[in-house]
This record gives sequence, structure tokens and C-alpha cells, in this order.
Amino acid sequence: MDLSSINPILLIASLMVSATPILLAALGELVVEKSGVLNLGVEGMMITGAICGFAIGVNTGSPVLGFMFAAICGALLSLAFGILTQYLLSNQVATGLGLTLVGLGLSSLIGKPYEGIKSPTLQKMEIPILSDLPIVGRMLFSHDPMVYFSIALVAVVWAVLKYTRAGLILRAVGESHDAAHALGYKVVRIRIMAILFGGACAGLAGAYISLVRVPQWTEGMTAGAGWIALAIVVFASWKPWRILIGAYLFGGVTVLQLNLQAAGAKVPVEVLSMSPYLITILVLVIISARGNHGAPAALGKIFHASR
Amino acid sequence: MKRRTLLASAAALTLAFGGAAFAEDKTKVGFVFVGPVGDGGWTYEHNKGRLAVEAHFGDKVETVFQESVPEGADSERVMTQMALSGADLIFTTSFGYMDPTINVAAKFPDVKFEHATGYKQADNVSVYSARFYEGRAIQGHIAGKMTKTNKIGYIASFPIPEVIRGINSAYIHAKKVNPDVEFSIIWAYTWFDPAKEADAAQALIEQGADVILQHTDSTAPQAAAEAAGNVVTFGQASDMAEFGPFPRVSSIIDDWAPYYIDRVQAVMDGTWTSTSTWDGIGAGMVAIGEISDAVPADVKAEALAMQDALADGSYHAFTGPINKQDGTVWLAEGETADDGTLAGMSFYVEGLTGEIPN
Repeated sequence: MDLSSINPILLIASLMVSATPILLAALGELVVEKSGVLNLGVEGMMITGAICGFAIGVNTGSPVLGFMFAAICGALLSLAFGILTQYLLSNQVATGLGLTLVGLGLSSLIGKPYEGIKSPTLQKMEIPILSDLPIVGRMLFSHDPMVYFSIALVAVVWAVLKYTRAGLILRAVGESHDAAHALGYKVVRIRIMAILFGGACAGLAGAYISLVRVPQWTEGMTAGAGWIALAIVVFASWKPWRILIGAYLFGGVTVLQLNLQAAGAKVPVEVLSMSPYLITILVLVIISARGNHGAPAALGKIFHASR
Repeated sequence: MKRRTLLASAAALTLAFGGAAFAEDKTKVGFVFVGPVGDGGWTYEHNKGRLAVEAHFGDKVETVFQESVPEGADSERVMTQMALSGADLIFTTSFGYMDPTINVAAKFPDVKFEHATGYKQADNVSVYSARFYEGRAIQGHIAGKMTKTNKIGYIASFPIPEVIRGINSAYIHAKKVNPDVEFSIIWAYTWFDPAKEADAAQALIEQGADVILQHTDSTAPQAAAEAAGNVVTFGQASDMAEFGPFPRVSSIIDDWAPYYIDRVQAVMDGTWTSTSTWDGIGAGMVAIGEISDAVPADVKAEALAMQDALADGSYHAFTGPINKQDGTVWLAEGETADDGTLAGMSFYVEGLTGEIPN
């Protein structure tokens, strides 16, 4: 075993890239769940975002436009979920699962002409001075803009939820929609907006996979990342900064286990392969054991003004 | 999921309307795929074989397929439904479908099954595979010549004989031309997961590998190598020519079409029997994609010479002296490996480090 061949600087750098899609998707889902809606369609919105972003990226040659369009597509798909669950009062779990299936099918339909094509990808950002710092420069300050955007978004979501009136209203809707309704807040409208935000984030997350991380289009390429994002929301007990920790922990263990294998570590491969999932489950158990999960009280409940 | 219900209702319809007369003139051929048909690799080539069957037989044949079928109990349900819906011949195209295929075949003695890359046969189950290790020998040769860091990364999928054969064959031939060469092997435990494959390639590149061989099905490692700039790759299962001439310098291409057409014809003629087919470069089941100009001319010439020798049988990819990893003799000087040992290969050859997960 030659652990010295693992370069911690490069490891942390690739960890940040590897974690960015689940970070974005989980952050979007956090806002959705904070408003009291459980959208299990993250995977479907992600993969739709992946192909929509990729298609626009290829056709326009601009990855930035690709990302924007991916966010719009994700939001549009989530709007379908929003209309079904908020206006037609369908079951959120079933509708969310349906959304995943629709997204997977839709993406492979749209994606047919885009197989095996290379896309323009985001350039790494060179930040003056910071990027040239030894060690830290390579580790933290030489990524593409989306990595920083995702971290900034964590800060924004946290600040909005904690300090603003809008955040307070969103949380009120998620804790008790009846009380919020009685106070005159438009529960359905607020939830739809939260769902749209979640869809846009999932779309961005998908586009990050197809435009930066892989970068190309293949069917089914999100390969379950949306489900991990859902787990990370619970893992984080619905707190934005913990989403960051959860996503980086998961991304870190994934990257580390591959590096350990490549370095020839004398640990059974099976254990290494399952370690990311094992650690996620372990942390979930520990959090649950503490009792207070922090789940919004009205999560998954259907709201109708007359009831 | 949707398609599955569709199949089920199709099955019900066929039964309800006594579709026998309708099914009689058309031979119905089913395909079970492990990945999406657009993976650009393994399943893509099997689907090309399916399309070739349709093109060849036209109206006389009807094909159905289901993609991204997990290995295990799910695949058994898919096969059962295909058999129920009147398929005459079913190709199951991944190693993990082996036991499910045998189980379902026992329930439908009149339906013919063909299982790819496995080793369990039955009266109505044939097995077929390609000698990919012949292609790996050529890759190993080129890899050994091209590497500057003497570190070759290998993204392996599952620890099954087919994959182990590939690793051994590539290693033997890389070592032959470059005694200092080392292999780093990552077991991805997936056939198809672009993000994970990209991460695996990234990890290997970061640890100094400048040649990446893959036994997973997506083109993600190619893209990772391209981004790194100085890393050589090979197309897997499909040509992956869009990444040529560099990083992709050559490829192993599976060509299933002639075999599929043969077998469908045999079912039509009523001459189908349970067989075990294992063809290589010679029979055309394994093709070597064009070796690009990024490879020096002399290396290319050597690789092509080896391809010819493998094709006409004058050279066997496993020719002694070869020792097993623990140092015991496997093949003596000049001895070649027998198919039985190759089919069940579960050991590394001498020089490879690490253990095969079991």
C-alpha cells in the first residue's frame, strides 16, 4: 500500500467537484421541504436539467446559457408537480415518484441526438492572488464558477430562511399551513414558488453533471444522485450549512474510496465501495437517536383551504 | 417501469385475442439490456446487433427489448414477461443474468435463450461471448509502449472471469514491452455509472496513471482523460471514435450482428440447438478500432502484427511461461491456456498487485 501517492490537495479539489451536484439538488429540496412539500422527483428533474442544459450548451456553445436553461427546465417540470399536488391535491409521494419516471423517460427522448457529442464546458476560474497561493490556491481557489455559486447559494438560503420575513413565512407555511392560511398567507402560492426553486436547483445540479463533471450526455447519467440528495436533506436535519457538510462528506468518501483503491489499500473493496452509503446511514441513525429531527411539521401534508 | 407494464398488457392482449395466428409467421426476438441503449458502449453494440437483425429479416421478425434491467430478480421478471408475450428467442446480454436466465428457461422449455458472457448452459440455453482478452492483449502492448509514468490505471467493473481475463491479458502484454509497468486497478462495481467512472478515472490520473483502460461501459473516462490532456485511453465495447485521435488511440469493438442473425435464422429454420460460442478477432466478433496517429508508427505496426497473429491463431494471448500471482507456475514455456481455465479465471498473473475482491 502506498498512501503517499494520494495527494490530499487534489483529493480535496476533486471532492468539491464531486459534491457540487448533490449539494445543489439537496439545497433546492431543503427549501421545498421547509415549505412543507415533499418532492421525491429530484432525480427526474436533475436528469431533465442535465439533458436540457447539455443540449443548449452544445447548440449555443455557451455553458452559461446551458445552465440557465437547465434551471428553467427543472423548474418547469417541478411546476407540473406543483400543479398536481397543490391545486389538484394529488398524493405528494406518488406524484414525486412519477415525476422521476417522467424525467428519466423525457431526458432519454430529448437526449437521443446528443449521444456521444462533446460539450463546451465551464472554464476554471482564475482568481487573482488567491489562485496563486501555494496549496490552498490549487485546493480551494481553482474551480469552475458553479462550485462557488453552490457555496454562495448555501449562504443565501441560510440567511433568507433565518433572517428575512420571506424565510419566516416560508417556514410558517411548512410548520402549520392552517395557521399560515389563517394569517392570510397564500399557502399554495408560496409552496409553488418553493417547488419552482427546488426544480431550478435540481436542474442546475443535473447540468453540472452533464456539462462539467462528466462532461457529456449519456442516458441515466445522474445514476441515483437525486436520491442521495434527498437523504442528505434528512441527514442535515433541514439546516443549510449541514447540507454543505453532508454533501462534502458524501462526495469526500466517494472520492477517497476510489483513491484508496487506486493506491492499493489493503481494505476489502466491498467495504470501500459501500462506505459512502454506510456513513450516510450511520449519521442518519445518530441524528434520529437524538430525537429532534427538525422536520417541518406539515411536511408531506396536503393543504386545502376549506378543510 | 412503464415499459414493463406495457409488456405485461401486451402479453395479456396476445393471450386474450389468441394471437397465435399473428405470432406464427413472425419470429419474435427479445433482448434484455443491462444499460441504456445510448450508453455508447456495451449495450449500444448489442442494440446495433438487434437493429441488424431487424434490417436483415425485415417483416419476418419482430424484436422487443428492455433496457437498464438490473441484474437479479428484476431481470427474471423481465424475461418471464418476454417469454409470456410470445418471444421465440431471448438474448440476455449481461453476466449477471446467468442464473435468472437458467431459472426462466426451465419454466419455458419451448423458448430459446441465449446468455452472453456466462458459462451455464441448458437444453434451451446457449451461451455466447467474445474473446475480448485478445483485444486487451493489443491494448496492453500499446499501453506499455505509450506510458511515460509506467503507471497504468484500470477501471474494472465486477470481479468476474471476463474482467479478470482482460486485466491479466493487458498486464502480460504491457509488461512484455515495458518491464517497469505497474497497474492500478479500481473496482467500480458497476457496468454503467458515468459520474462514478469519471471520478475513478480522475483518481487514477491524480495518482500518476497516464494510460487508462476501462471495462465499464460509458465514455466518461474518455472525457476525464481528455480534460487531463496527456492521458491515453482506449474505447471499450464500442469504438468511441469521437474521442480520437487522442486520448482514445484505439478500441475494442464488439460485433454481435452476424451472430444474432445466425441464431435468429436457426430458430426460423428449426435448427437451433444449445451451443457455446466463444469467438475472437479471427471470427470477427471482436474488432480492433483504428489505431490513431497518436501512436508511433512502429508501435502501430507491432500492434497490427499481433492482431493478425491472434486472428489466424498463430499466437495465443495467454502463452507461457506465465506464473500465477503467488508465483506458482500456470503455463510452462510455449504452453497456451485452455478455454476451461480461461472461462473460469479467478486469479491474477504474477506481477499484479492487490487482491481480487470476492
